[in-house]
Amino acid sequence: MDGPILQIRDLTKTYKGGMQALAGVNLDIRRGEIFALLGPNGAGKTTLIGAVCGLLRPTGGTIEAFGQDVQRHWRSVRRRIGLVPQELSFDMFARVDHSVTYSRGMFGCAPDPARIEQVLRSLSLWDKRKAKIRELSGGMKRRVMIAKALSHDPELLFLDEPTAGVDVELRRDMWRQIDALRENGTTIILTTHYIEEAQEMADRVGVINKGKLLLVDDKATIMAKLGSTEARIELAQPLADLPPALTPYQVSLERGGRTLVYRGGDGSGKGKREAAAVIKALVDHGIAFEAIETRESSLEDIFVDLVERGEVTA
Amino acid sequence: MNLRGALAILTNELARFFRTAFGSILSPVLTTSLYLVVFGAAIGSRMDPAQFGGSSYGAFIIPGLIMLTLLSESTSNASFGIYMPRFTGAIYELLSAPVGVAETLIGFVGAAAAKSLIIAAIILGTATLFVDYEIAHPFYAVGYIVLVAAAFSLFGFILGIWADGFEKLQIVPMLILMPLTFLGGTFYSIDMLAEPWRTVAQFNPIFYLINGLRWTFTGTSDVPIALAFGLTLAFVGLCVAVVAFIFRTGWRLRD
Repeated sequence: MDGPILQIRDLTKTYKGGMQALAGVNLDIRRGEIFALLGPNGAGKTTLIGAVCGLLRPTGGTIEAFGQDVQRHWRSVRRRIGLVPQELSFDMFARVDHSVTYSRGMFGCAPDPARIEQVLRSLSLWDKRKAKIRELSGGMKRRVMIAKALSHDPELLFLDEPTAGVDVELRRDMWRQIDALRENGTTIILTTHYIEEAQEMADRVGVINKGKLLLVDDKATIMAKLGSTEARIELAQPLADLPPALTPYQVSLERGGRTLVYRGGDGSGKGKREAAAVIKALVDHGIAFEAIETRESSLEDIFVDLVERGEVTA
Repeated sequence: MNLRGALAILTNELARFFRTAFGSILSPVLTTSLYLVVFGAAIGSRMDPAQFGGSSYGAFIIPGLIMLTLLSESTSNASFGIYMPRFTGAIYELLSAPVGVAETLIGFVGAAAAKSLIIAAIILGTATLFVDYEIAHPFYAVGYIVLVAAAFSLFGFILGIWADGFEKLQIVPMLILMPLTFLGGTFYSIDMLAEPWRTVAQFNPIFYLINGLRWTFTGTSDVPIALAFGLTLAFVGLCVAVVAFIFRTGWRLRD
């Protein structure tokens, strides 16, 4: 099938009391990709996932997964979707293996101890399979949540803040797990607060705020469109004014003329080229400098900028 | 229908029950045994069987005590069964899984009914230690007990979805079901009441349940047996309709 694995059109959700969580979301998810949904708290990320997975009823709009309407064909669609919610939510007194087996059965799959073992081993839970969930650490509990979601081999997996509250080592481990899932052909939609996570993992990124998707694009394209380069050049002698040779570039003087700052580019390499041209101009004009520091803007800078500016067309 | 899903929920709920089987079984068995000792053996030996359709008083109160257990256990098992995942957030899995009304009812209501039937069976067995009794219509008795367990497990399921706190889970069994069961003829025949209480008692729905079960045990009843069976079936139908409405609208589940 060549069409999107998930197609969302004009999706709205207004909760009782009038709070509008989703204000007309349109989104296509491609088969096999990792899509990162970024947004501040209360942006609508979890509501969007809930609407697709059946946790809540949308107020308006349509959602199609695998080419089928998720409300009309809920049984067949839900069998193919997995969800790892943000909160650690399960029967804490259940055993790890029982809990994962239960999830597999609930999604209509025949018992398969070998598959359960495979899932538990892949998440380093096999040694803990007979432990009660309440006895596990927070990070291990989160792995159990993932194991439960993977137990029925979903083709489309939602990870709502999968690494919230886990330490750096475990987070890296989770990223490896997600990468392995992608290699197996699973389509993954993850929400995250960690922009680094999106930058590291995602093929495409969507930025949502106040129930609206502000931007959806390939990660590399976003960086190219909205990224920038900053070069800070510490001068040997302070300058009173900018030399005329530098006026074509976006440069300014800071710290009483002792630092020449270039800010520009578009993330495609233009910024680096212009910074090099600025340095060459300094050399050509005999302006001595002592140090150079360059920095590419991160997805985080772009995200903060987008959310602060508010309206950006997707 | 997703039969595997229904079976998964059913076995998971039963596993939860067996994890705490000691407390779950001991408490109702002890309470009922105390009733049988105090009312059945001690006080009951001084009661005139003629007032109770020829049965000993101990045998007379057994159906009422079984009903008391069935109502309270079915309601609380089912209400806690669905309320706990709502409370902990684990309900997400049920809502996102390919399970609908039928699977949920088989799983949650079936497990709750099975638990209360196990307890009822143990109580019936325990009762033989204190009271001599016979079951006049054993097949009807089993069928009626299963029907009542299913009806009040459904009712408990609805209660567990309606409740937004543990207090509400307790209120209905404690403040409505238990008083109505006590006043519904568990310990006395309606003929022993003076007017207007005899008429008032007939507005108590539990009165019909107790008398329906009493007929299966003793062969005598204060009400026409068809009416008791019909009312119980109607209650089951009403509860199923309410559960179907809840799933169709997402009330309290998908708000």
